[in-house]
Amino acid sequence: MIRALHRWPGLLALALITILALSGAALSVFPAAERLAAPQAKAGLSVATLAERIKAVYPGVEQIRRAPSGRITAYWFDQGRPGAAVIDPATGQGVASADPNQMLRWLTNLHRALFLGDGGRIAMAGAAAAMLVLSFSGAALVARRAGGWRHWFARLRGPLAGRLHVEIARIAVIGLVLSSATALWMTASTFDLLPDGDAIPAFPAEVSGETGIELHRMATLRRTPVAELRELSFPYPGDATDVFTLKTDRGTGYLDQGTGALIAWEDLSGWARVSETIYMLHTGQGAATLGLVLGLMALGVPAMGATGVLVWRAGRRGRPRIRGNRPAGRAETIVLVGSEGGSTWGFAATLHAALSEAGQNVHVGPMSGFAPERYIRAERIIVLVATYGDGAAPASARGFLDRLDAADRAPALPLAVLGFGDRSFPAYCAFARAVATAAEAKGWPELLPLATVDRQSEQDFARWGRALGQALGIPLELAHQPVPPATETLTLVSRRDYGAQVQAPTAILRFALPRVSLWQRLSGASFARFAAGDLIGILPEGSSVPRFYSLASGRRDGFIEIVVKKHPGGLCSGQLTALEPGQTATGFLRRNPGFRPGRGRAPLILIGAGTGIGPLAGFVRGNARRRPVHLFFGMRHPDSDFFYGEEMPAWQAERRLTRLVTAVSRVARPSYVQDALHGDAAEVARLIRDGARVMVCGGHDMAAGVADALAEILAPSGLSPEALKAKGRYVEDVY
Amino acid sequence: MKSLLGTLALTTALTIPGLAMARSVTLTTTLNNYGGDGAYLALYVTDASGAYAGSLWMAGGKSKYYEHLRDWYRATGGDTAQVNGITGASVGAGRTLEVTLDLADALFDAGYTLHIDAAVEDLRDSPNEVAVPLTAEGAGTPVQGRRYIASFVYDM
Repeated sequence: MIRALHRWPGLLALALITILALSGAALSVFPAAERLAAPQAKAGLSVATLAERIKAVYPGVEQIRRAPSGRITAYWFDQGRPGAAVIDPATGQGVASADPNQMLRWLTNLHRALFLGDGGRIAMAGAAAAMLVLSFSGAALVARRAGGWRHWFARLRGPLAGRLHVEIARIAVIGLVLSSATALWMTASTFDLLPDGDAIPAFPAEVSGETGIELHRMATLRRTPVAELRELSFPYPGDATDVFTLKTDRGTGYLDQGTGALIAWEDLSGWARVSETIYMLHTGQGAATLGLVLGLMALGVPAMGATGVLVWRAGRRGRPRIRGNRPAGRAETIVLVGSEGGSTWGFAATLHAALSEAGQNVHVGPMSGFAPERYIRAERIIVLVATYGDGAAPASARGFLDRLDAADRAPALPLAVLGFGDRSFPAYCAFARAVATAAEAKGWPELLPLATVDRQSEQDFARWGRALGQALGIPLELAHQPVPPATETLTLVSRRDYGAQVQAPTAILRFALPRVSLWQRLSGASFARFAAGDLIGILPEGSSVPRFYSLASGRRDGFIEIVVKKHPGGLCSGQLTALEPGQTATGFLRRNPGFRPGRGRAPLILIGAGTGIGPLAGFVRGNARRRPVHLFFGMRHPDSDFFYGEEMPAWQAERRLTRLVTAVSRVARPSYVQDALHGDAAEVARLIRDGARVMVCGGHDMAAGVADALAEILAPSGLSPEALKAKGRYVEDVY
Repeated sequence: MKSLLGTLALTTALTIPGLAMARSVTLTTTLNNYGGDGAYLALYVTDASGAYAGSLWMAGGKSKYYEHLRDWYRATGGDTAQVNGITGASVGAGRTLEVTLDLADALFDAGYTLHIDAAVEDLRDSPNEVAVPLTAEGAGTPVQGRRYIASFVYDM
């Protein structure tokens, strides 16, 4: 719901909001420039003295105005010809032209009305309203994503476009709320919807009838400092019934031109004061610095527009369109999806179609949108949920457990949880289990016991579907065809073979970069942008389920490289390791932003064994900035499976690699990578204490052994792998 | 008799369509290129004593800006009822405003004066931009305004 409130105003008003923001940012410079350029009055200068100085130079003076910037302008008639100038208050002399800046006028008319009069004003007010809706819905989304308002500035993860979008937004949102809310107030004021007009006293019926009092004898003008002046209008020459009109920031009054007495006064109304403050906040006139800050924040809008469109497109690519999705308030069955990469959405779409076919009203939505109070007609809730990393919530399920936890009690509707995962991971369906456990603890009634789907198994899913059908009393056949990701054909250019002697045939495969379309290049889609540590999904012939490999190269290397070990009977690894140069494989890119060395100069400790060297070698190869890198590499035998052994000396010579520590397991005295860490404990502990970042890649057993070893090594310094993980300084890519 | 009729016509409205004692008058106001946004113009009439008699036209739709038409605003207290039904858009720099009205005969050659107040955003207010006596003889003779009006003429 909130997401829709963010997406649609954003996409629809994108062009208008961009014009508003850019013109607003440009306009924000003018008040500051005017403030700097205008000669300022000395503190304590009275209006009487200023007016006398001006009248001495321009006897035909009609009106004196002071802008919030302190700029003083005088208007006069000299022998029937109108004149005007910016005045130096110290002398009363004109020092600059009072002609309006045409650039400023042009920008102002664009900013507030697109040069289209009242229709344009309304359109731009609509854009400001959209901006306000976007700001609030966006803030709610950021808070939800970070897990609460307290975590407003929490570290972000995920693809670059989304991170940039949020990074800019969480700083700029204050300025954008201020600018758009004040814009709406000003529009309402312009269209007379607010009672904020100037209070002007009734014109006096009786005046002294005399003329010619000298300005310095007028007590009110002597008492009024120039800093408070808005406007002083002189009476018509020769009209004894006319008066002086004085406007200050407190109100408006009339002064007799014979006696100098204040004959009428009206204070500024409360509404008018509010409107003036709002005008100042919006335009920066009288608050030039604030104006510049707001202008700077407005500059974030085009960037947020562009990244927002990318996020939206990426989201659309990732999940299938669900036809006939019912609103949550009208559905009998609520399907909540927790998905990281998008494949679980495909299963949800299949379930939605089958249930709808059986005559059910079904709503499918992300788990993060869990809102039981909206499920008025619902009779059951089904949760389809994957797991991220070591049991964490996937992207579309963030906040679900917190919200369930915060609720007084679980919904009365029975719940079925279906977990999606890969049995080869230790944390198989760990998040699904966490959801089921939390639901049970809350006393949430059960529709079906927890079930799991291994590696997107169509059979597992169909079996669960039959159980669900039985529970509902309807026949249910779930025939799931996974939505194929957009794949590329990759041509092998070279291969290097290792490990045959140690019964672990492994190949470093290098593919040519596929041709990238202009749109892909602009949006960074597919292979237009990737880094070592990202994943490549390979679709083997004869299966629609992709296998993922870590990339050992980045886009800048100019090729796609992976390290593949042939598993006995492995379909995909068998096909890949049989490839000859010139032959092709089918694959697609999956970003893995959680496994990146990150910016900064802090040393890297890279730990890997076997094919886990792939992304680590990629980091070393890409280390053009000569960041200190310590690589711990476990292998079977240096003569057989020392992957990248040929390149290592050159990388060390180029200082891309500071130190290489190897552990060899198929020798008389076997040593594993965790032993190598122990052997170097003092140095490792020192590096980590000084801020080094640890990256581990390899099999699950190795990763567990490394974590244990590091726990021991770090214990004396009061650190732990868990604490480092929480700070993002210890990351793993485990298979 | 004559002055009574005039007063009667003026207290209801200056324009009395369809009456025998009226004539069709075209007011043509051309602005110079003063380099600003559209001008607000108030066209109104004062009697021989200088007292406000009634409004003929208001160019500019937003009443919050009427205070800048200083003389008109003083005379009417900013009463928008004075220009109900005779309000149009503001007039851009270099543009011409042409208004045709049925005006009471009694207004002519009886000491009445037609005034125009003008105001432009961010530029000087120009009350009494134009002040011309309404006479049969003066019809068709263009006059120049003080600041914004290049020429004003009324034709019968």
